[in-house]
Order: sequence, then structure tokens, then C-alpha cells
Amino acid sequence: MAASTDQVSSKCIDGYGSAIGMPQLCGDWMANQIFWLVVTLVIIFLILSRIALPRIAEVLADRQSTITNYLTASEELKSKAEEAERAYTQALNDARSEASRLLDASKAEMKKELQAAINKADAEISVKVGESEKSIAEIRKNAMASIEKVAKDTAKEIVVALGAKADAKTINAAVSSKMKG
Amino acid sequence: MAAAAQPSEKSDGLVFHPMDQFIVEPLFGSGPIHWYTVTNVTLWMGLSVVALVLVMLVGTSKRALVPGRAQSIGELAYGFVHKMVEDVAGREAVPYFPYIMTLFMFIVLSNFLGLLPMSFTTTSHIAVTAVMAIAVFLSVTVLGFVKNGVGFFSLFWISSAPLALRPALALIEIISYFVRPVSHSIRLAGNMMAGHAVIKVFAAFAGVALISPLSVVAITAMYALETLVSFIQAYVFAILTCVYLKDALHPHH
Repeated sequence: MAASTDQVSSKCIDGYGSAIGMPQLCGDWMANQIFWLVVTLVIIFLILSRIALPRIAEVLADRQSTITNYLTASEELKSKAEEAERAYTQALNDARSEASRLLDASKAEMKKELQAAINKADAEISVKVGESEKSIAEIRKNAMASIEKVAKDTAKEIVVALGAKADAKTINAAVSSKMKG
Repeated sequence: MAAAAQPSEKSDGLVFHPMDQFIVEPLFGSGPIHWYTVTNVTLWMGLSVVALVLVMLVGTSKRALVPGRAQSIGELAYGFVHKMVEDVAGREAVPYFPYIMTLFMFIVLSNFLGLLPMSFTTTSHIAVTAVMAIAVFLSVTVLGFVKNGVGFFSLFWISSAPLALRPALALIEIISYFVRPVSHSIRLAGNMMAGHAVIKVFAAFAGVALISPLSVVAITAMYALETLVSFIQAYVFAILTCVYLKDALHPHH
């Protein structure tokens, strides 16, 4: 940024507005720079120390305490959740053991009932079997008698058919003895 | 130079005025520059105050629990410098944090404002950085004597060294102590001035069509470097202030 030529040349600026040597070493300008630097630094210091830094420190502390609060709250909630989980597990275990106890009890009862029913059925069956055996014996006796009669009649008929004179008493005796043998 | 090939060299073909950007000039009219004259120094320092107000006051005015962009920048700057003071100079140095914050914010904002085209870089002037460095030097020295009394001299008397070496070391320590404000101020001003002057030199080369692409690339690269340097030099200035402060608070090695 070459200054215009109408600028007053000094010992630091040549006639064309360019710097002679290093502008940093120009003694004429130093007082001006130092004065404005001090003003600027004082203003910056006042802004920072009076307003900005306390405000930021406060914001940071607020955030820290909020985070700490949330952390403790979450810690609390976590312990509560653990408590609830423990209670839940406890209840679940209780329910399981209760269920198995009930199951065992009902199993035993059912077994007992079943046993009783089986016994009753066995008794009924044995009664029925006795009756049946009796009736079978009856039927067999009747059948035997019928067979004997049929055999005797048949034998008589056969004897007659063979042309012999059948003596009923003899034939009966013979058939009876054969059937017994 | 390349200008020799140009026939129109007599007018103003390739002119280098890399230092003109550092000229202090009155904002209104022309004339001699008194200490109270409103100059481009006033303008750009004022703009750094405006930037500070925008970042640190307007940005944080909402005091949001979840910060927005501007507030984040303010908080980052606060946390950055606060942590630096605490880490380097110790917990007892925290009361001096606003002073270091003032220096850091002024330097970093001036450096970045100086990167704007056509701007004036206040921190490239040795008069500016020397005032800050001397202020740091004097206040740290006074603080050292106020806090430690004569014990502050133990900074120069290295008790861990062999006795025979101690006088020689003390001489070296004293010299290095008094060189501190010189290196402290020239480091910042020199870095800012050199970078800006180099960019201007590259920019002057852009007038030659053949090498202008190279020149633009070089300016871009230098600009990136200068962006980095702008921050790093502010950081270095602040951290050295913390180191000097630590010496004042704990002079014993």
C-alpha cells in the first residue's frame, strides 16, 4: 500500500511515499504506537477482567455443576434400576419355586387319584372277571350237557341207521364214558 | 532481475516495496505523527478490540449451557490460556491469568487481522512488541522481589551445580535474564514482519505473466504458513510470559 506522493515525506518516507529502510525502526512513529498500544491493552484488560472472563468462568462452572448433577442423578437412577432388577429377579425366583412346588403338589395329588382310580378299576375288573368265569363255567356245563345229549342222539341214530337195535341205556353209558375219557 | 527483460522497465514494471505495508500513516489528512494522532495503528488496534468484543462478549452473551460457535471460541480461548497458566506457572499464577489472557488475545487477534489483505499488522512493529515484552519483564521482576525478597536472586545462583561453576553460571543466568525481553519482543515482531514482507515480495513477482502462477502458489503456501505462525507466535509469547512468571513465583531451581 504505497502512500500517495502528496504525503509529507519524513525521514522514514521518501518522496514517492515508500518506506526508507525498516518502518519498524522509525523513531518518529513509536510514541504513537506505544500510546495506542497502551490504550488498547487497557481496554482489552478491562473488557476481559471485568466482564468476559468472569462470565465465561461462570458459564464453565455452571456447566460443570450441571454435568455433576446429572451424573449424580444418573448414578441414583442406576442404583434404583439395579434395585428394581434385583427385586424383579427375586420375584421371578420366588415365582419359579412356587410354581415348581405347586407342580410337585399337583403331580402327587394326581398320582394319588390315578392310583385310586386304578385300584378301583382293578377291583371292578376282578369282580367282572369272577362273574365272567362263573358264567363261562355255566355255559361250558350247559354246552357239555347239550353236546352229550346230541352225541347220544346221534349215536342212537347211527346205530339205528346201521341196522342194529339200539339199546338206549347202553348207548348212553358208552357215550358218557367216551366223553369223559 | 526478471524486470530487465521487460521493455517498460522505465515506468514501473516490477517494483518491490515489501516494507510499505508497515508504514504508519494518519487516518485523516496528512501531517506529522504525534503520539496522539489517530493513525492506522489506532484503526487496527481498535479492530482487534472490536474482534475481542465480538468473540468474548457478544459470543458469550447468551451464557448458553450448550455453547454455540462464537461462545465455543471464547470458551476455547479461555480454557486454552487458563490451562497454560496453570500447567506452566502453577496454581499460584492463576490470579495473573487475566493479564496473560490480555496479551494473548491482543496478539492473536492482531496477528489474524494482519493476515487480511491491505491490513496493517500492529504486532509486526518492534515498538509494540517491545512495550509488551518490557512490561512483562518489569512486572515479573518486581513480582519476583515482592514475593521472594532477596531470595529471588537464587534464580541466578544454581545450587544444584558444583560450587566452582556457580559464579560463571550466575553470570550466564543474569545475562540470559536481561536478554529475555529482547528475544521475547523480536521473536514476535520479526516473525510477523518477515512473513508479511515475503508475501509482498512474492506478490510483486505476480506482475510477470510467466511466473505469476508460481507466485500465486507461493503466496498461498506462505499465507497458510503465516496463519500457523500467527497463532504459534501468540502462543509462544503467552507461554514464555508464563515461564517468566513461574520463575518469579518459584525462583528456586
